[in-house]
Amino acid sequence: MQPHAGDDVPAQALLLTAAPTDHDTTRPAPEPAYAISTRGLVKAYPGPDGTTVHAVRGLDLDVRQGETFAFLGPNGAGKSTTIAMLCALARPTAGRAVVAGADVLGRPDRVRRHVGMLFQHSALDPDLTAEQNLYIHTRLYGMGRRHARRRVTDTLEAVALTGRRRSPVRTLSGGMRRRLELARGLLHEPRILFLDEPTTGLDPHARAQVWDHLRALRDRHGTTLFVTTHYLEEAENCDRLAIIDAGRLVAQGTPAALKAAIGDDRVVLRTGDDARARQVVRDTAPPGTAPTVDTDGLCLRLPDGSAWIPRLCAALAAHGIPVRAASATPPTLDDVFFHHTGRSLNTARPPQTRSHSGRDA
Amino acid sequence: MTAPALRAPATADDGREPTRLRRELRAIHGLVHRDLLRLSSQPTHTALMLLQPVLYLFILGGGLAALIPASTLGVGYQTYLFPGMLMMTVQTPAIMVGIRLITDRQSGYLRELLMAPVSRTTLLLGSCAGGTTVAAVQGAVLLALAGAVGLPYDPLLLALLMAGMILASFTITALSLALAVSLQRAEVFHMLLGVVMMPLLFLSGGFFPLESLPGWARALAAVNPIAYGVDLLRRSITLRLPDRAAAAGIEWFGSRPPLALEAAALASAGALALLWAAHRFKRPE
Repeated sequence: MQPHAGDDVPAQALLLTAAPTDHDTTRPAPEPAYAISTRGLVKAYPGPDGTTVHAVRGLDLDVRQGETFAFLGPNGAGKSTTIAMLCALARPTAGRAVVAGADVLGRPDRVRRHVGMLFQHSALDPDLTAEQNLYIHTRLYGMGRRHARRRVTDTLEAVALTGRRRSPVRTLSGGMRRRLELARGLLHEPRILFLDEPTTGLDPHARAQVWDHLRALRDRHGTTLFVTTHYLEEAENCDRLAIIDAGRLVAQGTPAALKAAIGDDRVVLRTGDDARARQVVRDTAPPGTAPTVDTDGLCLRLPDGSAWIPRLCAALAAHGIPVRAASATPPTLDDVFFHHTGRSLNTARPPQTRSHSGRDA
Repeated sequence: MTAPALRAPATADDGREPTRLRRELRAIHGLVHRDLLRLSSQPTHTALMLLQPVLYLFILGGGLAALIPASTLGVGYQTYLFPGMLMMTVQTPAIMVGIRLITDRQSGYLRELLMAPVSRTTLLLGSCAGGTTVAAVQGAVLLALAGAVGLPYDPLLLALLMAGMILASFTITALSLALAVSLQRAEVFHMLLGVVMMPLLFLSGGFFPLESLPGWARALAAVNPIAYGVDLLRRSITLRLPDRAAAAGIEWFGSRPPLALEAAALASAGALALLWAAHRFKRPE
């Protein structure tokens, strides 16, 4: 096959290569405001005994261009199913989704051309080398040979695997494989990259490396990142996040806004007499606060908690109750999750028994 | 349009994109490339796969050649055995394609392939083309032994035999894929093969003439794709070397069908299997 003229001029903005300016002229249409937009997205499977299992029940999502969006939820909440629908691998039972400017039902091929995917249980061909694995994928994405070879070289360099390009994949470490999978997802310069639990099972060092690459990608090329995770600290670093539970969206917004919405800092006081202190605190704090006494001491939720501590201490001192310790903690995403679902994300997680069979094609 | 956010841009096509057909062809090439890379990255495995037919040819063939007089078969036993061994060589990699489709599905690799912006039919065609190519390459290696069983290195004869092997590889690959798309577990596939392969080989006319079999067994042989493959190869030899006419193989209602018809029957069986497999495979989740 002869490489034709189009092979060397990538149609979309070049990813991971320099000079983004001269591509603005080749960009065909103004990009829609949202990279991902869904309305009433539903996925139902026929379950056992003629029942219907609703994996996703009516999802409305809007993800802006260039945003890093976290999709947070416990295992089995419907995260992977949603991703499968968004990259046109699974057909929604109802509702609509427009991804990268194309409808997932009407133009699945166009959606897939502009999105990249890093699956939770990703797979490479272990017998082939890193380079060979990537090359096969460039061809699957319809690239000409010359362009393909350059993309393989560039992406391998971007994930710092150039030195291992001739190594069979089975000889690579877990972190290297993950980075190679990331490189594979970037070969066709996707506008949106879906990452399903990208760092699960990696050690902290490899995890940090993956995130370094992701951040570089976003900063340099404006790629929209859609990340599912159940690591709170990863969701914390994203621009916006959505919380999904039992197939339903329970909250959506920036980490700060979500935390501000449930608002209040958790103030904990350790006093000489918690029962009496509780009375005093109830009278001092704004009406409606309900202080509780537990093993931590006296707990209550207050807006701007640290500012309240001196006033509470003063009131307690006036009643002759000694205060031994006081702390104010701003709400965490786990508090947000707890607020919306009534469960803690960390305790709700069942022991790690992930089956490998997963979702069949 | 339910909401403004859902509006897709009116034109997203870029004039410089490769054409649809070219994209699909490149995907097929990618899959064939993968199969060839795997073949060359596992030389030991490949050599072992070739060893079996060679052992049959020289040990079984050599041993039985002394017992079976050439007059009963029309040719020496090793020459008689050769087409069957060529088929045995191509059938193993061809069948492996189906097993790999299942293991690819289990490992998640298939899902990665499905993410590619090509039709599912293309992916299936690519697998089929890859399997056929690998089988034909291995067949070509064994074909190099033609001289050892007393066949001349006649270019046309070799070309005919190659064509026969490619056709048979295609059909077996397609049948294997048709089976694979309807099975979820590789174990079931292996079990089925274990049960079916032995009778298929013995009813292929590769080891002994079919005419000595009872009627029901000959009826089974008439629907055995491997028997067609063996017969095509054997008749190709006869075509070039009329003095080496071996005992007859496939018979339809007591007479031998024309060579072209036999080839067409084999090809259409493969095409039908592939169509059916593509139909099953295309079904969205």
